[in-house]
Amino acid sequence: MTTLAELTPGSRARIVAVAGADAISTRLMEMGLIEGETIEYLGPAPLGDPLEFRVCGYRLSLRQNEARRVQVEVP
Amino acid sequence: MTTPLVVALIGNPNTGKSTLFNALSGSRALTGNYPGVTVERKIGRTRIGDRVVDIIDLPGTYSLAPRSLDEMVAVDVLLGRQPDTPRPQVVVCIVDASNLERNLYLVSQVRELGLPVVLVLNMTDVAAERGVTFDPVQLSQRLGLPLVTTEAHRRRGIDQLRVAILDAADSPSAPASVPTIFPPELRAECDALADQLCQWNSPPLDHFLRQRLLLDVGGWLEQNTARDHQSELSGWLQQARARLAEKGCPVPAVEARSRYRWIRETLQGVVSRPEVAPRTFSDRLDRLLTHQFLGLLVFVALMLLIFQAIYRGAAPLMEWCEAGQNWIADHVGQWLSPGPLQSLVTDGIIGGVGSVLVFLPQIVILFLFIALLEDCGYMARAAFIMDKLMTRVGLSGKSFVPLMSSFACAVPGIMATRTIENRQDRFTTILIAPLMSCSARQPVYALLIGAFFPATYFMGNLLGVRELALFAMTSLGALVAIPTAWLIKRFFFPGETPPFVMELPSYKWPSPRLVLARVYDQARAFVVRAGTLIFMTNILVWAAGYFPGDHTLVNQLQAQVDELEAEQESQTAERDKQAAFKQKAELMLASGPSGRGMVLSQPELADSGQALAASEQRLAAIERDLAPLKAQRNAESSRLLEQSLLGRLGRAIEPIVRPLGWDWRIGVGVLASFPAREVIVSTLGTIYSLGGEEEGLEQALHSATWPDGRPVYSIPVALSIMVFFALCAQCASTLMVIHRETNDWRWALFAFVYMTGLAYLGALLTYQVSRLWFG
Repeated sequence: MTTLAELTPGSRARIVAVAGADAISTRLMEMGLIEGETIEYLGPAPLGDPLEFRVCGYRLSLRQNEARRVQVEVP
Repeated sequence: MTTPLVVALIGNPNTGKSTLFNALSGSRALTGNYPGVTVERKIGRTRIGDRVVDIIDLPGTYSLAPRSLDEMVAVDVLLGRQPDTPRPQVVVCIVDASNLERNLYLVSQVRELGLPVVLVLNMTDVAAERGVTFDPVQLSQRLGLPLVTTEAHRRRGIDQLRVAILDAADSPSAPASVPTIFPPELRAECDALADQLCQWNSPPLDHFLRQRLLLDVGGWLEQNTARDHQSELSGWLQQARARLAEKGCPVPAVEARSRYRWIRETLQGVVSRPEVAPRTFSDRLDRLLTHQFLGLLVFVALMLLIFQAIYRGAAPLMEWCEAGQNWIADHVGQWLSPGPLQSLVTDGIIGGVGSVLVFLPQIVILFLFIALLEDCGYMARAAFIMDKLMTRVGLSGKSFVPLMSSFACAVPGIMATRTIENRQDRFTTILIAPLMSCSARQPVYALLIGAFFPATYFMGNLLGVRELALFAMTSLGALVAIPTAWLIKRFFFPGETPPFVMELPSYKWPSPRLVLARVYDQARAFVVRAGTLIFMTNILVWAAGYFPGDHTLVNQLQAQVDELEAEQESQTAERDKQAAFKQKAELMLASGPSGRGMVLSQPELADSGQALAASEQRLAAIERDLAPLKAQRNAESSRLLEQSLLGRLGRAIEPIVRPLGWDWRIGVGVLASFPAREVIVSTLGTIYSLGGEEEGLEQALHSATWPDGRPVYSIPVALSIMVFFALCAQCASTLMVIHRETNDWRWALFAFVYMTGLAYLGALLTYQVSRLWFG
């Protein structure tokens, strides 16, 4: 299964699930990372982490650690 | 007067909430803290028609699921559970029109509170730019909420919003219950929970809170409800969540799923967004500013600019401040006869006020930059760029700007931690910020390095001993801060690292009004809330250095010095006049009798020569008298300081500071510098009978001896003093600001204790080890 941390810059994917039931997962879901949503990986920060995404029409930054919790499928 | 209508303002971060608050309340807001938490309480009073309206500005949030006490405050205010805050009668919920999907998440929670809600669709201009179109009338109908579209930064739509607020307050039918968006199973469990709480004789919770209790796994409510039945409650909740999971409603995912399903259904056909987002100016700018090389370059340049502005830009302002303070002290001092009152006014009160005001230039400059960067959207990028580096220390990118600013001064640096929402990160940053080498340490380093380190250079002129020593001292605090941050996180805030789930808002032009309001708020808050305590500390330390002691002799000596100095001044003027006259006369005589204008005879010239000689003689006599008089005065001030409470304390702690290589005089200097580190320089100046002057202090340090004749100061002692000052918390202002920002005395006390402990151990180790090295 692909995760958000494995996308190539500029690619789009569809969110399948957010792993975990803790506060971090809840936060990710609150921010709109919901199954079925399309997400675009814009690129990493200059030092390689965190990563920048576009989802629900806004830009979101996640660390690789958090991005790994989000399972996606690349069309 | 009728009681004011209470309105709460809530919304996601970066929606223009502060701008709207200012537009509604005219930025005349009462600010303070909610008791026991660090959440800022901000209430603005305004009038709508003939009604008085209080607007409560709640902190920006993405969700009403409280994970901590700080996050619980917003929920408590909205439900009328916050003791000192009246329950709002209307909730104004502001959303970013260009990003409705995510913003409606909070709306879906707010509408369940049972309060009339007015929805504000802000940033409609940005939405249009992004190609987002919507039908406000239909959206309002679907949501069942009155809706106003605004462009708060242009003050458009504010009047309509005012009307809508009154309408909502006067509408007789407040939405008692909104149609639930959750599966019926959840409702059933919520009702079962009510019965359960009743059985435990726990105070009843309304539906909103019971729902939160079920949905927020390990949330604040779970840990703070039914305290007598804590474990039973946890067990019950666990079972209830298991039952829900079996029925296909896994907690916590069920909440986000249900809410986003509702959002999609609501927005279906009402809002349209282009499939491929158009590249806006903001997008192009972002590509540049987060670019691997260019982004870093811009970032470094910006940070250097900010640092230089605080470090250097504030210096002339601070000098004016000090010059003004001296001027006032001199003039006020003349009206008062020498004695305790004069000293209290000039040294205690005026000095105390000055020590508060001297921070204002740095605070104003830093907050000008922070407010600008935050308002235009760059601040989030700065955190994004620096995050990886800061995670090495266990912090996030948001701690970078506060810590960097602390290299100039910890006071504005600590105030800048407000931009860190996460409490653990914020407190850790606050506690390590004073370790950064601030500008107040420089005079201490300059004195000791100048006195004891040779101006030797290696490798041509590249590497100097003094520069190396200064560099080592400047980096020491930051190096020590790394393990300290780790330990603080481990002991005070154990558990998982907070996530870095951060929105990168669109860039926009900063609003000057908002930026200035923010700078003014910060400066005012510092003066009002930290200033009084800083002032009082100064008075206390002044008193400890003044009493007990008979100041008659020193005052007499000072009066004589003043008198002689006044005569010296007038006599110098007289001499200069005579000398100029003589020179001119000689020139005229030399050029022959044909000179026009002044006719001068030889005897007149001789008279002038005599007057000049007399003047010079008198001056020499004054100088002769003045030197011993000053020496006597300085010796007397030194004696008085030695006999004062401060001096006695210094002597009392000598056994404690002996292992650091210090004598009691250094002890007194350290005690006296509690209000501010640089005070040690002038205190040593007083102790070594230099009248508080820095001139000649290096020499005095070299010739200071122990009773047995050994010199007090050596390289190990200089190092030990510098290491102490690098790590200690000798800055009353920093401690007061820590208290204000954490809203708890214990954190300020902890900072003082841990830093003093570190400083002592560091100085001890430095002295004992370097003594072996330098013999």
